[in-house]
Amino acid sequence: MIALLILILAAVLLLVLTLLRRRSPAVFRKIEAYERLNHAIGLSVEGGTRLHISLGRGNLFTARGGSALAALAMLRRLTERASLSDQQPIVTSGDASLALLSQDTLQSGYRAARAEDQYRLTAGRLTGLTPFAFAAGTLPVIRDEDVSANIVIGELGAEAALLTDASESKTADLIAASDNLTAQAILYAASQQPLIGEELFAAGAYLGAGASHEASLQTQDILRWLVILAILSGAVLKFLGVNF
Amino acid sequence: MLRVLTAALAIASGVIVLLGYFLRQTFPILEQLRLLLTDWAIVIAGAAVLVGILNLVSVQMEKLRSRQPGGLYGALLVFALVITFGLGLVLGTDHIFLRTAMEAVIVPVEASLLAILAITLVYASIRLLRRRTDLMSVIFLAAFLIFLVASMPKPFGPIPFVDQLILDVMATLSTSGARGLLIGVALGTLLTALRVLFGIDRPYGGN
Repeated sequence: MIALLILILAAVLLLVLTLLRRRSPAVFRKIEAYERLNHAIGLSVEGGTRLHISLGRGNLFTARGGSALAALAMLRRLTERASLSDQQPIVTSGDASLALLSQDTLQSGYRAARAEDQYRLTAGRLTGLTPFAFAAGTLPVIRDEDVSANIVIGELGAEAALLTDASESKTADLIAASDNLTAQAILYAASQQPLIGEELFAAGAYLGAGASHEASLQTQDILRWLVILAILSGAVLKFLGVNF
Repeated sequence: MLRVLTAALAIASGVIVLLGYFLRQTFPILEQLRLLLTDWAIVIAGAAVLVGILNLVSVQMEKLRSRQPGGLYGALLVFALVITFGLGLVLGTDHIFLRTAMEAVIVPVEASLLAILAITLVYASIRLLRRRTDLMSVIFLAAFLIFLVASMPKPFGPIPFVDQLILDVMATLSTSGARGLLIGVALGTLLTALRVLFGIDRPYGGN
């Protein structure tokens, strides 16, 4: 029952805030990694280099699918912006359904940028179905395909270290985030500008994906404050000896 | 028209699955529909694996055709894939040959990658302060070293009280931090799912 109430509250907040944000865009705090990402897109377009976007191996049938969907929303925006580049972005995934959705999303991005003729089916790739096969299949993309920035966002495990190491050895920009705690620890140590926790889900808002993404971020903030309030209230009540 | 139809189908399926989860006792029909839709999705995901493998083959063949670096490795991959797939179909996945292929090729290769991973992680930790010199990096590295020292076996045995105290404090801090991160991730996942459910994000190519 509580879960359903939270869901309804989140839905109502999202809709109301989306309407409000259409009238006045929100101002967010600076996140270095997203500043760097915007810079990397610009450099890729100007320098005629390639962006590599890795969506991880989040299975859409599990709770990990959330990060994959957030990564797809980011991919849509990135494709639209990078469609001017001479070299089209390459997207790698470690899950077959996610690879298919990445191809669809790439095509939508090119269509929105009125450059659908540039879209190639092989730009969205399945590189492996197990964690290490995924990493082993993604490494040649980072190494051999004239990539100037690697954007690794989604569900990953310890294999994230292999991707970050390959990116560093090619002195390419790296923007990385994961919903997996092991990967987060690794990415914190191995990337220049790490994204922590829910910052992964802010990609759309920071890439200018529209009012709904800004509203989504604000709803997240409101719900987080409510969770904090609930935890503190619970602690105080417990301290006062009130059982619930 | 097709885009509107795909969006309508996706949204309707999402709403039915969600309502089936929350209202399964009040409306058992919704639960049945939820299970049916989930079964269909699993079948489609199974077919997606085959499509994904075809995509893998076409990418590798294109590499070979256009003489890109690593093209020969791609050819080797496709050759091994065809042989293994064919034998799997003919002999069955439990056959001794396929099990040997698994144990003699895939397991050692993954173990080697795991070994490289261990070295990569140590190297990344060493380079952390060269990459970013800020307070959080110092705390991260210090916590990592203290935890490592407390948990590693020592020639003279564990240090009384100190090792256990460090491990307890670390466990409390890391559990609290992990829960905080997971709550944030859960909220992000919820909002992302709602955006898909409302048709704002359409990862199925509808926008």
